[in-house]
Amino acid sequence: MNSPLRLADAHPGPAFTVTLDGRAIEALPGQTVAAALWTAGVTSWRTTRGEGRPRGVFCGIGVCYDCLVTVNSRPNQRACLVPLHPGDTIRTQEGTGHDD
Amino acid sequence: MTDDRPHLAVIGAGPAGLAATVAAAAHGVHVTLIDSAARAGGQFYRQPAAELNAGRPQALHHQWRTWERLKDALAHHVEAGHVRLLTDHHVWLVERRLNQWLNQRAGDADRNAFTVHALLGPEQETPAEVRADAVLLATGGYEKVLPFPGWTVPGVLTAGGAQAMLKGTLAVSGRTAVVAGTGPLLLPVATGLAAAGVEVAALVESADPKAFVRRTRALAAQPGKVAEGAQYAAQLLRHRVRLLTRHTVVAAHGDERLEAVTVATLDTDGRVRPGTERRIACDTLAVGHGMLPHTDLAETLGCRLDGIDVQVDDEQRTDVPGVWAAGETTGIGGAALSLAEGHIAGRSAAARLNGTEPDPRTWAPAAKSRTKLREFFAALDTVYAPPARWTDLVTDDTVVCRCEEVTGGAVREAVDGLGAGDIRTVKLLTRAGMGWCQGRMCGPAVAGLAGCELTPSRRPFARPVPLGVLARAGEPESEAEPE
Repeated sequence: MNSPLRLADAHPGPAFTVTLDGRAIEALPGQTVAAALWTAGVTSWRTTRGEGRPRGVFCGIGVCYDCLVTVNSRPNQRACLVPLHPGDTIRTQEGTGHDD
Repeated sequence: MTDDRPHLAVIGAGPAGLAATVAAAAHGVHVTLIDSAARAGGQFYRQPAAELNAGRPQALHHQWRTWERLKDALAHHVEAGHVRLLTDHHVWLVERRLNQWLNQRAGDADRNAFTVHALLGPEQETPAEVRADAVLLATGGYEKVLPFPGWTVPGVLTAGGAQAMLKGTLAVSGRTAVVAGTGPLLLPVATGLAAAGVEVAALVESADPKAFVRRTRALAAQPGKVAEGAQYAAQLLRHRVRLLTRHTVVAAHGDERLEAVTVATLDTDGRVRPGTERRIACDTLAVGHGMLPHTDLAETLGCRLDGIDVQVDDEQRTDVPGVWAAGETTGIGGAALSLAEGHIAGRSAAARLNGTEPDPRTWAPAAKSRTKLREFFAALDTVYAPPARWTDLVTDDTVVCRCEEVTGGAVREAVDGLGAGDIRTVKLLTRAGMGWCQGRMCGPAVAGLAGCELTPSRRPFARPVPLGVLARAGEPESEAEPE
């Protein structure tokens, strides 16, 4: 079974820990929030303002704003663009992200 | 810039911007190449993050040698001080100052006539500005996705998005994917995912391959492209990817996460054949229906558009003096066309900034390639059209505007009940297109449902700008310095 890391012969530095809603997840240096969450098996991390529906990555290049998430208490960060650092805290974003 | 060379700002470091930068720098112009990503390359040559330390990034690409040549040439010019590369700069506006400085160099551009406004880093709150004598827009394109029931379920993403995540972060969202929609992009996406260990359950293409055969002239002119297609076909076969042509995804199923898609056959009118629906289990749907050019910066500069493409002359000049455009912003046509256009634009800008009349003979091979590739992509466009009756799939409950959660029913009510006949009126009546993405995602869908052409949106800024940045705009500026 191949993996993207194996296919590209990637040798990232040691994984570090970040949290998603308080739960520890592993991230690799250079990974964006979206990449780390995908790797941890998470594909949705916000709910919409109107209907409270789940959303995750859609365009993957910063155009659509569907993947908004709260990172280090800052809401509305695009998970597909923001790189992670050790100790970062990610929170599922509800609605506009400004209510909590 | 320390010396007296003219200064060109190139916006976008994809194939067109890179080719333009290298060409202009080689002909005596200082270039500031500005890009939003952490590394040059654009979407086509998107690189894995440096920290991932990929030994074989080329495994996810083709035409890697072209990239290496461009990368080496760029590095050479950066080292020589002819090019300044500003990465992580998200340009939101290019401002043209009329007659502020008298033109000292002849040509079209006023000295320092342009200010490029950018926001730094992924957080995009700190402003930076770059002054230039001329600008070259190489802002590329983004994917068009038409709505269908379930297209907002997590796990459904654009085909280009799946590819960007794979190329840039070496991440995939699941184990089993369906790649669907229409257009040549679906091939590298399907083969890329398969090579990365994802089971690609099907490639669902709504176009009819027989339509290609009828366009033998355009195909015969591009043997390279035909060979490329054949390579992809061989890879699909090797990875046992089922190819379903004249099929479309009619629904995506799942609540918190995608569980399956339903696909169906299309008849010759582009309508779903009743009774042909079948379900395919998958956790990822990578879907796309072609590409749209990024034209925001050109629109605010006042450049004339031809439909939704920036209009350029044979030298890749827009109708605004001092503004060139190259690559997909002038019309979707792939990386090879972007390279040719970028090369021509860079040569033209260098000559004109140096006060000389450019000699088109110096870029004759690129011009020839441009002509042939434009013909080829015009032919492709007629083949790779979304199903003619795609709006039939948009139920009244289907979300059309993802940001504002405006449904197909609401758009239809605006059109049929309230008489809206264009995107702007639908927006005013329903809020479709008023959210974060400013209609970039729902524009084509709203146009289709309203029965009108997709028109440029005339957004004042190319991306959201913090109010604090706007409040400080106009105060004395400092030019962005490289790290």
